[in-house]
Amino acid sequence: MPGIQLTLMLQHPSRRQFLRSAALAGAGSLIAGRVFAQETVTLPFAHGERQVVAFPQKRPLIVLTTRPPQLETPFAVFNDGLITPNDAFFVRYHNANVPTSIDGDAFRIEVKGAVKTPLSLSVADLKKQFEPVEVVAVNQCSGNSRGFSQPRVGGGQLGHGAMGNARWRGVRLKDVLEKAGIQAGAKQVVCNGLDNAVTPQTPDFIKALDLDHALDGEMLLAFEMNGAELPMLNGYPLRLVVPGYFGTYWVKHINELTVVGETFDGFYMNPAYRVPDNASGCIEPGTKPASTVPISRFKIRSFITSLAEAAPLAPGKPVAVRGIAFDSGQGITEVHFSDDGGKTWQPAELGKELGKYSFREWTIAWTPKQAGAVELKSRAFNRIGETQPLEALWNPSGYLRNVVESVKVTIS
Amino acid sequence: MKITPILLILAATVAARAGETSIVLPGETATFKTGRGVELAQANCVMCHSAEYISTQPPMPRKFWEAEVKKMKEKFGAPAPEEAMAALADYLTATYGVPDAKP
Repeated sequence: MPGIQLTLMLQHPSRRQFLRSAALAGAGSLIAGRVFAQETVTLPFAHGERQVVAFPQKRPLIVLTTRPPQLETPFAVFNDGLITPNDAFFVRYHNANVPTSIDGDAFRIEVKGAVKTPLSLSVADLKKQFEPVEVVAVNQCSGNSRGFSQPRVGGGQLGHGAMGNARWRGVRLKDVLEKAGIQAGAKQVVCNGLDNAVTPQTPDFIKALDLDHALDGEMLLAFEMNGAELPMLNGYPLRLVVPGYFGTYWVKHINELTVVGETFDGFYMNPAYRVPDNASGCIEPGTKPASTVPISRFKIRSFITSLAEAAPLAPGKPVAVRGIAFDSGQGITEVHFSDDGGKTWQPAELGKELGKYSFREWTIAWTPKQAGAVELKSRAFNRIGETQPLEALWNPSGYLRNVVESVKVTIS
Repeated sequence: MKITPILLILAATVAARAGETSIVLPGETATFKTGRGVELAQANCVMCHSAEYISTQPPMPRKFWEAEVKKMKEKFGAPAPEEAMAALADYLTATYGVPDAKP
């Protein structure tokens, strides 16, 4: 099988070494993954054993699947700062025919379909013809934390690391669509990128956005992430940024925008990436929803980032506890902290706001009272009164988790 | 200095396009666990995804694996012939899942 031969070839050290030397000699850039001693971690659920591997342009990350590349950020990274570094940012592909070589100068995004003037734009054209804008925004996979679903559900079994917060720079999707001119009666814009399926029978990963959303001025066609080009595995040279919405809409290597007059019904809009059609998007565990809608906005979440289960803690010795909170852009107004499993809560202090779509830091000075095991929790609130449920909600795809999370520590 | 001409030609090919950014993905090390029917997984699953897609799933009953195999064939175009479907679900259940409770 050709795929297997290719894999074996790439594993061959002398060839890899040669490719690297060849790249160093030329003007193009070829980036190989660093080879580390085999490392593993175990996520805290059944079948949670994972390899930790450095993919190209990435530090060692938790491997969900090697092919297609699906990489999770080790949770400790979220305590290093509010911005997730590019080399630590999670990776999620659906199909294994991922682009590994792209000419950034030759790349074009086509704007077509129900538009007055179809466009074909390079990244340089985007930079020249449209106003540059920046937004700090969280990208989170729909299935982030799926491994904690109870009862368990099928799908990518992620811990909490399929999220990240970056400063995205690009141009407004609205400006590009308006330059093309939307025809009357148009309903959605269909977004496709360079990644493809391995077989022609497998659905391509294609998403659609309602036009009123696509034209609200919040979405970017981004060519920079944290002041650098996008890493290849995060969508080089151009990706959609849909602040407040799950990562499924953040199409990578985006090269086609097709305006259509009907609701796009491709596999990744229906039946995939749908949630029960009710206010919570959740149903009685183990049941089936009567009807579903496409997944959309994040739910409000918060995490303790500074203390892990093995943190050294002593009675009477103060500790600065910190963490992060985010929502879909309504704005975090409060985070509460509990050191007794949620019986009592104290308000934490919020850090600087980097933007309404960003992680928001929270901190609290905490003094453990007596020796023993305690359960620490954090709970966020936002401007429109949303908060996190104390008991986990459930849906068949393991989407939308936002229960108040716990860190169990022992004071000794 | 003596440089093999073939190496020079190959190096020039790799670097020919100045705007090109390329990566080399690491090779796969995950393999299917041995068991009755493993050859069916090798023939029908790995063309599209690595073995971790299966080994990381939670311990699930046969009903789950049966539905997965069906989805992979009908929605994703896995080439599994109809007569292999039950044996494939058996392998996945026995190897990565949980056996059904005895009635």
